[in-house]
Amino acid sequence: MTLEELQEIAKIEKERQEGFQHRINVCVAAGCLSCQSASVKEALEQEVNRRGLDNSCEVKGVGCLGLCTAGPLISVEPAGTYYREVTVSDASEIVEALGGSPVPRLDISGQLPFFQRQQKIVLENCGKIDPERIEDYIAESGYEGLYNALRTMTPAEVVDQVVRSGLRGRGGAGFPTGLKWTAVSKAASSTKFVVCNADEGDPGAFMDRSVLESDPHRVIEGMAIAGLAVGASHGFMYVRAEYPLAVKRVKTAIAKAERLGLLGNNIFNTTFNFDVKIRLGAGAFVCGEETALLASIEGKRGAPRPRPPFPAEMGLWGYPTLINNVETFANVAPIIRKGGNWFSGIGTEKSKGTKVFALAGRVNNTGLIEVPMGTKLHDIVFEIGGGIPEGRKFKAVQTGGPSGGCIPDQHLDMPVDYESLAKVGSIMGSGGLIIMDETSCMVDVAKFFMEFCMSESCGKCVPCRVGTTQIHNVLCKITSGEGKPSDIPLLEELGDLVKNTSLCGLGQTSPNPVMSTLRYFRDEYVAHIKEKTCPAGACNINGSKEAK
Amino acid sequence: MEAKTQESPKPAEDRRWRMVNRTMRLHGNEPHALIETLHAVQESFGFLEPDALKYVAGALHVPLSQVYGVATFYHFFSLKPPGEHTCVVCNGTACYIGGAAGILKGIEAAIGITPGETTPDGKISLVTARCMGSCGLAPAVVFDGQVRGKMDPPAVLEQIGRWDSHDA
Repeated sequence: MTLEELQEIAKIEKERQEGFQHRINVCVAAGCLSCQSASVKEALEQEVNRRGLDNSCEVKGVGCLGLCTAGPLISVEPAGTYYREVTVSDASEIVEALGGSPVPRLDISGQLPFFQRQQKIVLENCGKIDPERIEDYIAESGYEGLYNALRTMTPAEVVDQVVRSGLRGRGGAGFPTGLKWTAVSKAASSTKFVVCNADEGDPGAFMDRSVLESDPHRVIEGMAIAGLAVGASHGFMYVRAEYPLAVKRVKTAIAKAERLGLLGNNIFNTTFNFDVKIRLGAGAFVCGEETALLASIEGKRGAPRPRPPFPAEMGLWGYPTLINNVETFANVAPIIRKGGNWFSGIGTEKSKGTKVFALAGRVNNTGLIEVPMGTKLHDIVFEIGGGIPEGRKFKAVQTGGPSGGCIPDQHLDMPVDYESLAKVGSIMGSGGLIIMDETSCMVDVAKFFMEFCMSESCGKCVPCRVGTTQIHNVLCKITSGEGKPSDIPLLEELGDLVKNTSLCGLGQTSPNPVMSTLRYFRDEYVAHIKEKTCPAGACNINGSKEAK
Repeated sequence: MEAKTQESPKPAEDRRWRMVNRTMRLHGNEPHALIETLHAVQESFGFLEPDALKYVAGALHVPLSQVYGVATFYHFFSLKPPGEHTCVVCNGTACYIGGAAGILKGIEAAIGITPGETTPDGKISLVTARCMGSCGLAPAVVFDGQVRGKMDPPAVLEQIGRWDSHDA
């Protein structure tokens, strides 16, 4: 493969696409597929064929269009129309309306704040390209970043661009990516590995799933650039087995990239070799922790080990290993294409670029969004998210999954970046935002997360294994109306202990949901203990209230 | 090694074993292929039977204790045969907020089993999941591999009832 050949593929693909007057994009990511979008696509194809429009209109399966709540979603280009909740019987009306005014019954305006307020880098191809066709990705400047990195830059320059971009790990902790790359590139070893962490275990987060399902080549290209920068020639992608569609699309993408010589030996006629292999997770939340993940790739139980040594010095089978999250790798190709300075111009002083969030829970527009760092939480929930359904009152937004905290409305004006979230007792996490309204009991939510951490604790270290169980027991007592006033200081003491003495991130952050709800919703705990009532009406206290 | 000599070699003509053997061969029969191999076993047989664990232990030169440790550590692996139909109720945060607990209660009341169990007639297995990434459609339930979003107890019970009556 040469640059000319790559550009030729892009040119042929663009000409092919320009041959069509209209394009109907049908979302075939997991969310819409579960609303039968596959049969909608088939119906549209049949309708287009029946009318003999197959030379002027393309029906294309694309990745996530974002607004999952309105699935199956389709978009019509170049008109820019979005249709919601499309069924098989709508196909003829939609094809009929091509080139004219949209079908009013199904139309959702592309002018909605949900679409307008976003800024897309990671998701720029989501909902635009067919994830199973590499040509489509190449036509959107795909693999150009890899070419530039290989043929016009030295590995040190590639690392320098990433350092300059200010990109921070999107898996949750926000460690500067450039520093990690520098450390691995400096490690003295002829064998190194690049690992992509796609074990998206946070309940309520589906960003990585959507990226892998919608634009898998972007992640693969990011991994290859990373391999070049740090001197690794083997990559592993550790994907959850719960995401069968993502696994299938990544497998297809790897095979196609190999066929075109974009993975494998002598990529772009250089001495650079790089391959990517898939490893399936098996349903253990702790495997999102990097040392546990490495153990799992080695075929062992996913138990973390103390750091240092960090994986950058001693990782997979003892060799230096670079581990980054899916979204982090997805940012790499644009950074190399457009330069680190371009990326660092977006976002806030310490948090650069954009962040993808999965909006879920009690909010009107559930789905996938990407906004610049520093966007206000209020704007995300009420403008992009469209507010709370059924006129209920907003109560809290939970960020960071079981490791994060609940943020009440007095902090809604806060910009979303790593530091601000930490200040209010939560974390950025991988990007799940769960919105809760007045019907959610915060003690019950804390109990839910503690139950999660308790059952996901690998059991290796005592504070996490025993501490999470103890905290969960206390919370069970409180929510069943048997709590004592002394339970609150007990929770705080236990939380402090677990936080400071656990081995890995799972244990260290597991008290966060309890601590943050104690901080902002202490009155609810007190009501459960003293008045034996659940203000939200969610807990079953003394059999008086029915649990929801 | 002992396990290997005890276990008769698995018949190559059995398609199910062929896939397992192929997975192991692709990874050079290295011990690190253990999880991938167990995935292959579960995909072929529906669950991990003791016989299969012994065979894999022998073929990959991994102590049986370690194979058992891995098989029981990960939630995805099951040592019990699944029912004819499987109903997975997602219990991720968004689904929980959306009322997954009510759905589970409804199922438990209707067919009398709790998550992780199979009805005595072997027809229906009830499982909970930690999050399937269908949070935009919460609460989500998976019926025999088909994800359905925005579920409520009546809708779920209707589907389960259909399984019951169809096969009766």
